[in-house]
Amino acid sequence: MESNAVDPSIAVRSLEVVRGRTRALDGVSLEVVPREVTGLLGPSGSGKTTLMRAIVGVQRITGGRVAVLGRPAGSRDLRAQIGYMTQAPSIYADLTVRENLRYFASVLGAGSGAVERAVSLVDLVAHATQVVSTLSGGERARVSLATALLNEPEVLVLDEPTVGLDPVLRFDLWQTFHRLADGGATLLVSTHVMDEAERCDRLVLLRDGRVLASGSPAELKGATEAADLDGAFLALVEREGGE
Amino acid sequence: MTPRATAATAVRVLAQLRRDPRTVALLIAVPTVLVVILHEVFAGREQVFQRIGGPLLGMFPFVSMFLVSSITMLRERVSGTLERLMAMPLGKLDLLAGYAIAFALVAAVQAGVVSAVALGPLDLNVERPAAVVALAVGNAVLGMSLGLFVSAFARSEFQAVQFMPAFVFPQILLCGLIASRDEMAGWLRAISDALPMTYAYDALSRATTGPLGPRFWADVGVTLGVTVLALALGAVTLRRRTS
Repeated sequence: MESNAVDPSIAVRSLEVVRGRTRALDGVSLEVVPREVTGLLGPSGSGKTTLMRAIVGVQRITGGRVAVLGRPAGSRDLRAQIGYMTQAPSIYADLTVRENLRYFASVLGAGSGAVERAVSLVDLVAHATQVVSTLSGGERARVSLATALLNEPEVLVLDEPTVGLDPVLRFDLWQTFHRLADGGATLLVSTHVMDEAERCDRLVLLRDGRVLASGSPAELKGATEAADLDGAFLALVEREGGE
Repeated sequence: MTPRATAATAVRVLAQLRRDPRTVALLIAVPTVLVVILHEVFAGREQVFQRIGGPLLGMFPFVSMFLVSSITMLRERVSGTLERLMAMPLGKLDLLAGYAIAFALVAAVQAGVVSAVALGPLDLNVERPAAVVALAVGNAVLGMSLGLFVSAFARSEFQAVQFMPAFVFPQILLCGLIASRDEMAGWLRAISDALPMTYAYDALSRATTGPLGPRFWADVGVTLGVTVLALALGAVTLRRRTS
């Protein structure tokens, strides 16, 4: 690592995941530090979701090591400390927003104010008593996000949390992410939108199950002399291809 | 296991059922209608209705809870909520016990209504009506446990529904309800000895006709044992890590 004195809250070492005949992750190593929003960038199929699932501890891994807060990923006592938002909203479609959150809050043992706090954090107060199946796709994604935020976990793993949201709400949520990071949380957020990547403190570019590059947005642009992150990403892909 | 998470799960499952009044109405009304039809079909042969009526009261909940629970758990797998729960500090037994409590309550209502109709207007004679209703609730939990277990082998709701004739119909044919077990070929009887519904039927039949002797309690013991075994097998199919 660089001159960063902070202990990483997520440490991935030579992680390999083989699914059937495909190598979903091929020797991924990375560190994610607290008080930062780390963006996980890459085309679909690059292994973003698999990597996130491995960090949360729900992915069967073939090799390597994943540690979260100093313990092996998937450890029992980590389950209350990681908030995970899956790409497809994993919530009960036949319950209201509040019923969903109340259930997950009791499972997590979150305090009484947790539900209302999470509802207002994702701007769903007006929809709290609505059954999820009647919500729009973006609203469902927000319920799923609220679930991950319920117990104010130390580590948040968010798989494309802002897909299908309008720009105003996206802006608000990214401010929330940074506020949570400022409060000491560790955030790993996957995205394929470049303007969101610009808002990350640090980026990890993933391609074909491997880490292509990592660093701050400015570092990545500087290293490739590209004007924007799109250009930087392309330059990095070409550079690797030319090896 | 934590009682908080177990209770929250039971409340959540019941809330989901409440959102689906048509299913609840079918669960309650269908057994009653079937018992009325059975009564009319054997209008001239009252002794047949008296022989199979009592045991049938206790077997409806087995069939309906097998179906309802296998579909509910399948949805939980497909929607990603199971993965979310498995990433949370929720014990597998909390989840299963929550399901068991919720479905046992529904089964108690179902068995209560169909028993009231059969024992009242239809003049069904049952020596131990309380034992029949209690067995009905026990059979509901047995059906639910088997349903949860087999749902792990279904990839779609179509498959889950097909498990009903595959797992339940042979048991109904062989348990002694349709034909006396004494008249069965040896190999059929051997199979019937290995099926849980045989013991459930025998207990119900004894509660219908007379005093509850040691054989009755042996039947109850086997039924409870299979329920616990099926729940344990169900817990094995709930995986924290998947590929």
